[in-house]
Amino acid sequence: MKAPFAGSLRLGIPRSIGDWAALGALCFFLGVFVMPLYLMAVTGLKEGTNVSLSSMWNLPQSLTGGGFSEAWKRLSPSMVNSLLMTIPATIISSVLGAVNGYVFSKCKFKGSNVLFIVFVFGMFIPYQSIIIPLVKFLQTINLYGSVLGLIVVHVIYGIPITALLFRNFFDTLPNELIEAAKIDGATLMNVLLRIMLPLARPAFIVAGIYQFTNIWNDFLFGVTIVPNPKAQPITVALNNLSGSFSVDWNVVMAGAVVAAIPTALIYIFLGKFFVRGMLAGSVKG
Amino acid sequence: MSSEQSKYPIGRSLFEGVSSESLPKTKSRRQNRGPLLPVFLVTPSAIAIIVFIYAFILFTLWTSVSRWNSPVMNLSLRDPAWITYSQMFGAVRWQCDLRNLGVFTVIFLVVAIGVGLLLALLLDRKLVASGFFRNVFLFPYALSFIVTGVAWRWIFNPEAGVNLLFSACGINKLLALFGAPPLKPGWITDPSILFPVNDILGKVFPPVNDLSVQLGIPVALIPVVIAASWQLSGFAMAMYIAGLAVVPDELREAARIDGASEWQVYTRVIIPQLTPVTISLVIILGHISLKIFDLVFAMTGAGPGFATDVPGVFVFEQTFKAIRYNTGAAASIVMLVLVAIVIVPYLWRTARRTK
Repeated sequence: MKAPFAGSLRLGIPRSIGDWAALGALCFFLGVFVMPLYLMAVTGLKEGTNVSLSSMWNLPQSLTGGGFSEAWKRLSPSMVNSLLMTIPATIISSVLGAVNGYVFSKCKFKGSNVLFIVFVFGMFIPYQSIIIPLVKFLQTINLYGSVLGLIVVHVIYGIPITALLFRNFFDTLPNELIEAAKIDGATLMNVLLRIMLPLARPAFIVAGIYQFTNIWNDFLFGVTIVPNPKAQPITVALNNLSGSFSVDWNVVMAGAVVAAIPTALIYIFLGKFFVRGMLAGSVKG
Repeated sequence: MSSEQSKYPIGRSLFEGVSSESLPKTKSRRQNRGPLLPVFLVTPSAIAIIVFIYAFILFTLWTSVSRWNSPVMNLSLRDPAWITYSQMFGAVRWQCDLRNLGVFTVIFLVVAIGVGLLLALLLDRKLVASGFFRNVFLFPYALSFIVTGVAWRWIFNPEAGVNLLFSACGINKLLALFGAPPLKPGWITDPSILFPVNDILGKVFPPVNDLSVQLGIPVALIPVVIAASWQLSGFAMAMYIAGLAVVPDELREAARIDGASEWQVYTRVIIPQLTPVTISLVIILGHISLKIFDLVFAMTGAGPGFATDVPGVFVFEQTFKAIRYNTGAAASIVMLVLVAIVIVPYLWRTARRTK
């Protein structure tokens, strides 16, 4: 029954029983995937008195902001910490990544391929296996417990992934570009600054989004390096909020929404680059 | 989006696009000048990597065989050096952790990769709103594991959440008709183990009888697997969509012309073509699973009777709560070895191919 080229001719309208079944299955999964988001939103919007377990699936009875004002009050300081940590760390590690990626792609030297693998292995390790010396080291240099310490840590442990992202990007640029510039008398530094970095704008966006999301969502470094509540990033603050003895679920769910907003906005508005970075880097956690 | 994705044809290699061609003339010129500047440019990063990754790993390794189990640093060796490891492997909690890690990894890989593949194949029919569906399925990947854990803990609250849905769809009324108790699993509060296999395994492999842990599927771990799959199925889907974009249409058409049914086109042509993607997914999701920490920590912690404890949580609690640095270090070294077993062959293979 299937016409050989049915796929290219139809305009998305289901034609066969199989198509209808597929659409039904997609709608089912849509429900499953949206369900937790729905619960987070409606619970967050309820007032404390309305959050009863038996009515958790219902919509809020009135739209007054629910747990959001309390969640914002408790989480906004750590939101600021997260921004102060994430933005500089993202910028610095992207610049470092551009330099490293450029060298690994376009100025190979003896052993550079091996060195590259030595770098890349670093992005797969469980950070638990370096956390003890890291904490001791930060305590020694007085960066333990501070946002600055977290920036340093995220820059260092971002070196492998950003080197990988930029190297893959520079590999797509033709070598002739450099040769031509060299014939015109440009030095390596000139080529890098005047030609390569401006061309690398898409890679900066991809690496920037990737690092922003990763650093924002980090928990292990935040919870081990910053015991001081005043300097904690938002993931740690949210976890503390939900772990407190009497749980105000509306506040916790509103807090979860608040903590998710920056990366969610990036996903919604820059999804194309997000997916590119994700597929090229393919690592999380 | 698919054109963007195919820019990085994953499923083949992380090091895609390495070009070995370089003009011989310029190469000799570059060698004469000496590659000093490039070396100079990567040196700071290289030093950072060597110190903060490799030297730190060695330090952790040393810690794991040392007597350092209090706030006061004591790096003298234990006698015998490996005794921290043997004590740890003898402890019930660590045995639970390894059981949970194994069970979690297997179920999570099957569910996340299976759902991802199914979603990609459904979307590949290019029906209405496929872009919208795809974006929603991938959305959880942008969230923090902490957000996911906090949300799903609420959903699997035994007094509410999914259990209310069970009642709402009438399962419990049906069960009551047969005089059965209502379906109300304790989920993350339930310490029981499904499908205990100690007796069976013990007959085949007697050392199993010496284990102090009940092997099987901990009930409390199931919600954690569901939450992790919710977060990462979309990732598997995106990888498969990128993989499907490079399966040539001619291949499917040829199979159809040869009389293959739709089902056969999928099972005999398309899915085998996606094998490299599947291998990448097993490696990437597998290593995430071996490192899992945040999600479990936010959702259940160690769980009832260590039913959801995993090495990531164990390391954190031993190191920063109990201040037993050597035990925490030993557990983290085991994690590192497990991850390396998965990752090193992968890196090795891709690196060799680029030469």
